[in-house]
Amino acid sequence: MSIGVTLQLETDVLIIGGGMAAGWAAIAAAQGGARVIIADKGYMGTSGVTAMGGPNHWWIGPDKARREEAIARQSEKAQGLGDPEWMARILDLTWRTLPSLAPHYPFGSDGAGGTYYSGVRGSEYMRAMRLAALEAGVTVLDHHPALELLRDDEGRVAGARGHALRARQDWEIRSHATILATGGNAFRSGLIGSHTNTGDGQLMAAEAGVALSGMEFGPSWSISPAWASTRTLPYTGAVYYDADGRELDIPPSRAAGHAHHRALGHAMLAGPVMADLSHAPEALRPILRHIQPFTPAPFERRGIDLFRDRFPVKLFGEGTIRGTGGLDLADDECRTSAPGLFAIGDAATRELVAGASSGGGAVNSAWALSSGRIAGTAAARESLARKGASAPVHGLGRIAIAPHQADRAIDAAAIHRAVDHEIHGYAHVFTRDEASYAASGERLAAIWGELSAHGRARGAALVSLRETAALVAGARWTIAAARGRKESRGLHQRADHPEATGPTHRQLVSGLDTIRINTQQAEFA
Amino acid sequence: MIAQILADKCNNCAQCVNVCPTFVLDDGPHVPVVARLDACQTCYMCELYCDQDAIYVAPDQFAVEPGADPLPHLGVIRRDHGWDRPGEAGHLDEYRKLGPLLGAGVEIAARRYQAQRRSV
Ligand SMILES: Cc1cc2nc3c(=O)[nH]c(=O)nc-3n(C[C@H](O)[C@H](O)[C@H](O)COP(=O)(O)OP(=O)(O)OC[C@H]3O[C@@H](n4cnc5c(N)ncnc54)[C@H](O)[C@@H]3O)c2cc1C
Ligand code: SF4
Ligand code: SF4
Repeated sequence: MSIGVTLQLETDVLIIGGGMAAGWAAIAAAQGGARVIIADKGYMGTSGVTAMGGPNHWWIGPDKARREEAIARQSEKAQGLGDPEWMARILDLTWRTLPSLAPHYPFGSDGAGGTYYSGVRGSEYMRAMRLAALEAGVTVLDHHPALELLRDDEGRVAGARGHALRARQDWEIRSHATILATGGNAFRSGLIGSHTNTGDGQLMAAEAGVALSGMEFGPSWSISPAWASTRTLPYTGAVYYDADGRELDIPPSRAAGHAHHRALGHAMLAGPVMADLSHAPEALRPILRHIQPFTPAPFERRGIDLFRDRFPVKLFGEGTIRGTGGLDLADDECRTSAPGLFAIGDAATRELVAGASSGGGAVNSAWALSSGRIAGTAAARESLARKGASAPVHGLGRIAIAPHQADRAIDAAAIHRAVDHEIHGYAHVFTRDEASYAASGERLAAIWGELSAHGRARGAALVSLRETAALVAGARWTIAAARGRKESRGLHQRADHPEATGPTHRQLVSGLDTIRINTQQAEFA
Repeated sequence: MIAQILADKCNNCAQCVNVCPTFVLDDGPHVPVVARLDACQTCYMCELYCDQDAIYVAPDQFAVEPGADPLPHLGVIRRDHGWDRPGEAGHLDEYRKLGPLLGAGVEIAARRYQAQRRSV
């Protein structure tokens, strides 16, 4: 896959991805004495969903009773699939760690004479994370997407290969420990900030034999103007109308199951849906632009008063970002089943802390921070113990790199539309049953077959084609996992199995050409 | 999608090329070049990081929108962030209200829904 000279580097800890999970991992690994490289597909500071969001972290002080109460509430939300010990760990780590960003992040007032820590604005947060990582001695490589993992002759993951977009040069980084922090998979739905979140880390890890868990817990969506995905703050009190001005009967957003999105989705299939935000909380109007300075732009630049004028809306799919699924973890230091490889943040499963429900809103960012710290510390320790070892390596990437038949042009745009539709299309996702999953699975398997037989590219085109492959792989795991769980629980709702039926079990999905399902009894139920 | 780089304001510092998360821009002889518009995710990050206020991102994420007058909008996102005054306390003081205001909106919708149920 090389074009010209390959940039060769060597490090103790390689972190793939540059969002908040990567940032916290890098700082922890550097503090542990390791040499650390971050390689991000975009720019560490602006890319990924952290930068465009405003993560509110799960935030409970060290009072024992209050923590126990919070964990009990979260366990209930997790519907038998969360691990209270993991919850306690991330509460504690988040509380102790987040304030350490104060030299770089201007934490605001809590309105009572103290400092407000738990919620941070993404763009400033990621600017601060970048500064803190650089200050800790981390090397940051922007526009350096990873393409495949390397494995050495001892069977350990030993770094990665990728392509430097600006230098138009391939790179190879050898490392003693590798951390996947590539975020979730938004299935190219257009969700705010998610263009680079194509599930590449899950694909790379699957090629190393790692399974995924929690993939059945989705889908979810966020509402936005039809022409641009935004944050959802102004919409929670909205009234919705059809194109003829008739008010629509939309259950509130906290109604059980998918009632809110189902009603909106069905209305959208019938025609344009208009939102009226004039019922939004009065106090929000004057300060929206100070809380979320990006949110007014899509309206002001069209001459729309968002709190007065009606405007068309759309649902943007959130994929595994607000779903639960990701790479399965083999131990409590975020190792995967592949030796030398760790997974953190949205790239990893959040089933341990979110269970069957979405961890969006507080738990996911506490998880990203904490899993980052835990893996960074462990990876530094592990890599320093292995200094010097360097067996020969080979790349693990297959799809789009080594097709088994003649090359053929791939219509990536059509594949992206198909994948987004299978996962998020409201024509079928609210009435899922065995036949519907089987049909989705067959369509996606055909796309995968075509790609793996004929897809091949190099350089920047290979980056795109691997993204396409990762989107399809993620969709196939999602559908297979949902088909495998023959009940409804949390975000996973089926028409043919509408109740949660025990026993409570975790489910692993694995494989690329052939997809396998394994169930595990949940130990914490 | 990114719509314009205003040549009379741009000093070709290439900061926007550096920070674009989806690598839309290439270095250019006088101003950066929009080389891969289809990758633009309409995130406004290039505007936020351009200290010359020389970039205008049009609001439509799916289609090119020619013809808008960018002048009233240049630099607004940067000023609203307080981006150039990172160390200065104060511009994130309202941030704590995000959660409560989200919740207040949810309450408004839930109460309205309840009231409508009762009236039928
Ligand atoms: C709009 C929105 C609001 C949210 N609000 C909250 C909230 O209030 N509370 C909460 O707890 N959670 C919230 N979440 C979820 C939370 O933001 C995420 O859980 C968290 O940001 C994940 O961080 P991350 O570092 O794992 O992923 P990301 O920030 O997405 O970072 C992933 C990085 O990996 C890079 N990457 C991808 N592929 C490659 C590759 N092949 N090579 C190199 N780099 C690659 C990407 O460019 C990106 O920089 C929200 C999410 C969204 C979308
Ligand atoms: S950041 Fe602004 S001034 Fe610098 S090159 Fe880009 S448009 Fe020009
Ligand atoms: S709006 Fe975002 S994606 Fe588009 S050019 Fe600017 S920084 Fe890049």
